[in-house]
Parts: sequence; C-alpha cells; structure tokens
Amino acid sequence: MSVPLLEASGLRHAFGDTPVLDGVSLELRPGRLMVVAGPNGAGKTTLLRVLAGTLRADAGEVRLAGVSHAELSRREIAQRLAVVPQDSHVPFPFRVREMVALGRAPFLGPFGREAPSDVALTEQALAELELHALSERAYPSLSGGEKQRVLLARALAQGVPTWLLDEPTSHMDLGHRLHCWEWLRAWLSATAGRGCLVVTHDLVLASRFADELVLLERGRIAAHGTPAEVLTPARIASVYGVEARVGTDEDGRLLLSLVRSLRSARGQDPPGNIR
Amino acid sequence: MSARRVLAPLALLLLACIGASLLIGSAQHATAEIVFEIRLPRALLAALVGAGLATAGALLQALLQNPLADPYVLGISGGAALGGVAALALGGGFFLGGAAVPLVAFAGALGASLLLYAVASTGGRAPAHSLLLTGVVFNAFASSLIVFVTSAADLSRVASVFLWLIGSVRLVEPALLAGVALLFAFGLAIALRHAYALNLLAQGDETASHLGVDVPRVRRQVLAASALMIGASVAVSGLIGFVGLIVPHLLRLTVGSDHRTLVPASALAGAAFLVSADTLARWVLAPIELPVGALTALVGGPLFLVLLRRELARLPS
Repeated sequence: MSVPLLEASGLRHAFGDTPVLDGVSLELRPGRLMVVAGPNGAGKTTLLRVLAGTLRADAGEVRLAGVSHAELSRREIAQRLAVVPQDSHVPFPFRVREMVALGRAPFLGPFGREAPSDVALTEQALAELELHALSERAYPSLSGGEKQRVLLARALAQGVPTWLLDEPTSHMDLGHRLHCWEWLRAWLSATAGRGCLVVTHDLVLASRFADELVLLERGRIAAHGTPAEVLTPARIASVYGVEARVGTDEDGRLLLSLVRSLRSARGQDPPGNIR
Repeated sequence: MSARRVLAPLALLLLACIGASLLIGSAQHATAEIVFEIRLPRALLAALVGAGLATAGALLQALLQNPLADPYVLGISGGAALGGVAALALGGGFFLGGAAVPLVAFAGALGASLLLYAVASTGGRAPAHSLLLTGVVFNAFASSLIVFVTSAADLSRVASVFLWLIGSVRLVEPALLAGVALLFAFGLAIALRHAYALNLLAQGDETASHLGVDVPRVRRQVLAASALMIGASVAVSGLIGFVGLIVPHLLRLTVGSDHRTLVPASALAGAAFLVSADTLARWVLAPIELPVGALTALVGGPLFLVLLRRELARLPS
C-alpha cells in the first residue's frame, strides 16, 4: 500500500478552554480529492493550519509523505506541500507574473536567483490558468476571482504533489468555479501521486468532485466517506440544521435540494468562525 | 525589470548629484580645500544617511506589509534619537569615543522597532491605523524623554540637541563617517541577503511560511538590519523624516515591487535624494543653511497624507 501524501492522527487543539480540534485523524491518499466541510467554527481553518504546519497542535501528529512535520524545516515542507489560501491581501503592486513566480521560492538558491527551469514553470502555470493576458497587471488591481486564479497558478508553479486549498473558488462566478474544479481534477489525474485536500462550504461542488468528504462538527469528524455516504438528509439536518432533500439525477450524480433552515427565527446564531 | 538595468542608471544619478553638490555652495570661488574637505565629506555623509533611511523604509514596509511605514513616522528614529541623546547626556560619548552614539542609537532604534512590532502587528500584518497610532504615541513619549534627559543633564547643550533633532547633515570626524559607513554596509548586506524573502513576507507571514520562509528568523534579522541603518543615520544627522517613505514609494512606481531590485535601488536613490536635498538646503537661502530635515518634511508630509488617504480608502475597517 502506498504511503499517504498527508496523514493526521489524533489532532487535538484548544484556544484557551475552547477545544477546536478534538481527535481528528485523516489521511490523504495519492490520486484523491478530499473535501473537508462543516459549519462555521467546526475547526476547518485550524485543521488546515495544522496540516500546513503553521500551527502546532496541542496533541497529535501530521506526517507529510511519511515524515513528521516536526522533522521538517519550513522550506522542506514547502518543497512537498502547497497551500492555496482563499484571499491574499498584498499592499504592494506586484505583477501577476511575479506573484506566480513566488511559487518557486522553496527551490531557489540564496538571493532568490531563478534558473531557466523556474522561469519555464512559471510561464507554464500562467498559461495553464489562462493568465497570460493579465501577467503584467498589478495583482491588487485584479478582481477576487482573478486573484484566486493567480493563487492557483502559484501553487502549480510550486510543482509539488500535495495541495491544501481553502475555499479556492469562493470569489469566482459559476462558470469559472466549475472550470477550476474540473481543472483541479484534471491536474490530479495527469500524474500519479498527486492529491489535494479542499476546505469548502460548497456541498454541491463537493458532491460533484470529491472522492472523499469529511464533515467536521465542533472539532470532531462527524462523518467521512464518499459524498453519497456522507450527505444524507438526517446528517445535513443534525450538522447544519438544514432540511434538505438528496437524490440522484439520471447519470447517477448527487442532487441536493435545500428546503429550509431548521433554526427558529430567533434561535441561536451559528457559532462564530473560530480561528 | 532586471536589477542591472535599474541600478546602473541610479548609480550614475547618484554620482551626478554628488558632483553637483561639490560645485554648488556659498563660497564664490571654491578652493580645492573647500570642495574636498568640506563639501565632499558632507555629500558622502548625506549619501550614507539617505541610503540608510530609504533602505530601512523599504525593509519596514515589507515587514509590516504597509507602504506607509517610515522610520521617522513610526518613531524608530525617535527611539534612536533617545538613545543618542541619552548617550550624549550621560557622557557615554566621552568615555567610548564618538562610536558610542551610533551604537546606543542603534539600541534605541531596535527597542522602538520591537515595541512597535509587538504592539501594532497581528499575524505579522500591521494595519495603517494601529501602526500610525503606535508611532505617534511612541514619538511623543520619546520626545518627552529626550526633553527630560537634556534638561536634567546640561542646559548648555539644549540648543544643539534641538538643532540635531530637526535633522541636518553636518561635518563629522572622518572616523565617525567611517563607522557609520561600516554599520550601514553591514545592515545593507543583511537586507540584500533577505531581499527575496521580503517578497514573500510582503504577502503576509502565513503565506511566507507556506512558501518556505523561516519567518521569525528572517524578521529578526531584517528588523536588526533596519535598526542598524536607522541608528547610524540618526546618530550623525538627527531626525530626518520621510526619506524612507518617499524613496521606496517612487521606486515602486518605476522599477516595481521586487525587493531584489527595490532594496539596492532604495539605497542608491535614497543617497541621491538626500544629497540633492542637502545641496538644495544649502543653496535656497544661501548663505543661510536650512536643516535638510525641514526640507524633506516639506515634501514628505503632503505625500504621506496622500498615501494615507489612499490606504484608508482601500481598507474600510
């Protein structure tokens, strides 16, 4: 059996007295697209930070291709793992090409001198995400959706097998969003040994594209399986407080119909997003 | 834009500015003595101070992810001045020679930087309002301490201390000039070493970390480098404001945001800027000399307000 690209075991973390991760274990296997979903405050962002190695969990371990985060430097992690954030506020007018080229950072020598191969990978990533027309534009002047394409291109230029993505298409219109997810699936299957974990609120996209769906609730894994196994009306009601109908279309794809919120009008608000 | 295509013209510009400053002055017929023993050392000092302040500005802006960062506005120059004044007042300058003042000024700049960092930034990012408030408060605090120290120490020095605080380039002993050059070179070397990492830090601590930067280590070293350059500059020329704001800002508009170019370009352009400003300050009301700090503030103050307006418009919070 192949070594998981990313493996988390027994993650526990608390901010003060509030447990945010309470015994989370998962593994991302090569060739798989895993979606992590859950209500606000379920611990998705914290989980992502722990998996990326920017936050050390109180307990538990994260292994990247079999090696514990604790044994890797920041640079070594970045040579194996790419993180695509939802937004990136950059107060300086970096050009799109420069932003994408930063993906090569973990592989550059001292003083950040780029080899011809680094330039080639940057150009390829720009072309793949159809950013050539924008490549001389200042990144802060782009629309939210265009910025997200730049961040995807940066991860592509990084050229590493394992990706963590946080709501990577949230600012895109329907067409671009679908196109990006299809592109992500194509990237995944283009070469063996790639895998990605996507955090998203969008259960429709998750049901369409995920191999595995992990549903987090209050720091625990409420359900883990294929989207069809996880997304049952009873579970959607208990985790999200939403009445939903689930069916399949004639091609066997999952259909999700949202009926109404089960929260009373003056009922409790969803818990705030804990970071 | 490639570094060479930017840096070569800037180096020529700097030479031209130094050349002009040697030719311009209040003496009707400048003798070789005036040119080489008075104007040249002064131009070199102005070049070092301008380079130091502009480079430090570029470093702080990347580190705090805020294009409004400037050593003077943020109170880091004030911290350096406090250190310098304390050294002078307590007689440290006498015991350790002139070298004590730049070193203590460096310590003051470093202390102020660390304080600023601890108070104003969260997750490495310092929003404009918290950055500026911290700077204003620390400046007020530092100046009151400076007043306190000078009053308590020696009344006869008060006038010269206040002149120093306005910021002016004066003649200094060659040994001090060499010391300042050394500190500056050391700071610049650290800055160039981390210039590429600054491109990543400018994206935010989290992203820099994701792309392989050891953020705390780089941040420590870059903060120390900027404090070195600020301390050295303030020790010899007092509080010259806004150079660190104006120069990197104009450079970003022309040469772009890549710090591998921006950092050395800031050093060259900052030097050229302050040499010209000092020449102008000697010339406009000749034979009276304006303190160059008054001149840079005249340009920098309004520019700062324009940038602040733009920054606040972009971030409604």
